[in-house]
Amino acid sequence: MQVAPSETVALNSYSPELRQQLFQYVLQLADTSLILGHRLSEWCGHGPILEQDLAMANIALDLLGETRSLYQYAAELEGQDRTEDDLAFLRLAVEYKNPLLVEQPNGDFGDTVARQFLFDNFHYHFLLQLKASPDERLAAIAEKAVKEAAYHLKWSSEWMIRLGDGTEESRQRLDKALGNLWRYSGELTTPTAAEKALQATGIIPDYAGLLPKMEAHLNHVFQEATLPVPQGVFMMTGGKEGRHTEHLGYILAELQYMQRTYPGMRW
Amino acid sequence: METVEINLEEQFQARIDADVRIEPKDWMPDAYRKTLIRQISQHAHSELVGMLPEGNWITRAPSLKRKSILLSKVQDEAGHGLYLYSAAETLGASRDQMLADLHSGKAKYSSIFNYPTLSWADMGTVGWLVDGAAILNQVPLCRTSYGPYARAMVRVCKEESFHQRQGFEIMQTLCEGAPEQKAMAQEALNRWWWPTLMMFGPKDADSPNTEQSMKWRIKRFTNDELRQKFVDMMVPQAEFLGLTVPDPALQWNETKQGYDFGDVNWEEFWNVVKGNGMCNKDRLGARIKAHEEGAWVREAALAHAKKRAERAETQAA
Repeated sequence: MQVAPSETVALNSYSPELRQQLFQYVLQLADTSLILGHRLSEWCGHGPILEQDLAMANIALDLLGETRSLYQYAAELEGQDRTEDDLAFLRLAVEYKNPLLVEQPNGDFGDTVARQFLFDNFHYHFLLQLKASPDERLAAIAEKAVKEAAYHLKWSSEWMIRLGDGTEESRQRLDKALGNLWRYSGELTTPTAAEKALQATGIIPDYAGLLPKMEAHLNHVFQEATLPVPQGVFMMTGGKEGRHTEHLGYILAELQYMQRTYPGMRW
Repeated sequence: METVEINLEEQFQARIDADVRIEPKDWMPDAYRKTLIRQISQHAHSELVGMLPEGNWITRAPSLKRKSILLSKVQDEAGHGLYLYSAAETLGASRDQMLADLHSGKAKYSSIFNYPTLSWADMGTVGWLVDGAAILNQVPLCRTSYGPYARAMVRVCKEESFHQRQGFEIMQTLCEGAPEQKAMAQEALNRWWWPTLMMFGPKDADSPNTEQSMKWRIKRFTNDELRQKFVDMMVPQAEFLGLTVPDPALQWNETKQGYDFGDVNWEEFWNVVKGNGMCNKDRLGARIKAHEEGAWVREAALAHAKKRAERAETQAA
């Protein structure tokens, strides 16, 4: 099925195969926001200054809100009476489809800022495009989330610049963080086979189209931050197909503990 | 000189008695200023440290909805901390100094946050009981004599009431749920009941600041008055939930139209206040660690701001 950009389609017009594909994809988006939000929420009460504790909790909360809209849509696409909580709390690490970047540990504030910037730069530009999706629900979710993502990108860009062009120590720390995290940035814009299939239908944006704007913003931020853009780094992939780093298992052990211990209850 | 001083004091007290708000630029007795800095900064510190026991459960909240609510609550608490530090700053205190006093142990924070959160039901109990106690303490502070503090409390109380309702709703869901959930709620109430009663501070007879604070209308009710109100308010709520208050001496007193209740364990209270509660070391340790490990971030932000300002100056020249 090829959908022209001006048309909108509703859930019930999808073929069962497309529904299944889209279900998997929406899960991937939801997992991504959930895991990154989880990481940011670990900062709660431990930030470098109260204002930044607030900012990180705020971003985590936005991401969690996006997560819930996406899981709710995924559950409808699947049509098997699973809830947002079933999807979040009762799936295994290998069933989680978030890219590797967002499951990386918080490290120090520089690691968190670098991770956030690399993600926000993708997320914001991606949502701008997704807003125009012929899929009404995805378009509506993107419409809301992109406003938040713009704020996140502003926050992480500003901190990249402050840390890069701050003190010698902050610059070194940020540089080290980028040295660790850069290899996970490519996965964000590398489509899996499943994503390629959906891109071909026109329902989700082609990541190649995002690259110029992402690059332009990244170059601008790196220049202001007086940092060189890393070159020739081997890019790790796998998360979007359920092959994760060892960090994810621990996140899920914590995240899912209550639902696993007390299955099937209302909270 | 002495005559002038006396007149200022008298005028100040006359304004207080007439319920006129004191503002930052007004003359005020040194002791009034000091008492307020102590009280407001300790209040701010409590918001800051109070993020930790609840923050402890964000990553483990049992549903996405509960997780959102909890996150947003902790975010509100950070905001309350900011309002309160700003209010204290209008009295000439600096946030750096207030934080240094917190870290050195010179300044206190609410004793309640030295208790650990051991189960999900603690999120309900903390919201229901602890925020409930905080509201009883704070609502009268919306009319406290110092304007910036009173105004901060108006904003804080609005959000706090919302948190308290959420906490009660968690308890209600647990109590209407499976037997394990109900047991979890009861167990949490057993652990938090007495520590919450301690939040109102020592008995009036042992509360050295009360009399002066009442005279200056910083405080509007005594510790014991508020504690009594709290018990009278909470016992029916516990009954509604089908929970038992862990106090064998608790009994309705028809004559005073209030509950009689057992004695708070003051030895435990003073131990916690002096730093020997379950979590005192961990809570303070976490705050100090965050502050120390964040030093390079704050320095970077300052260094960058300075560079920017210099560049702007060069450009302008």
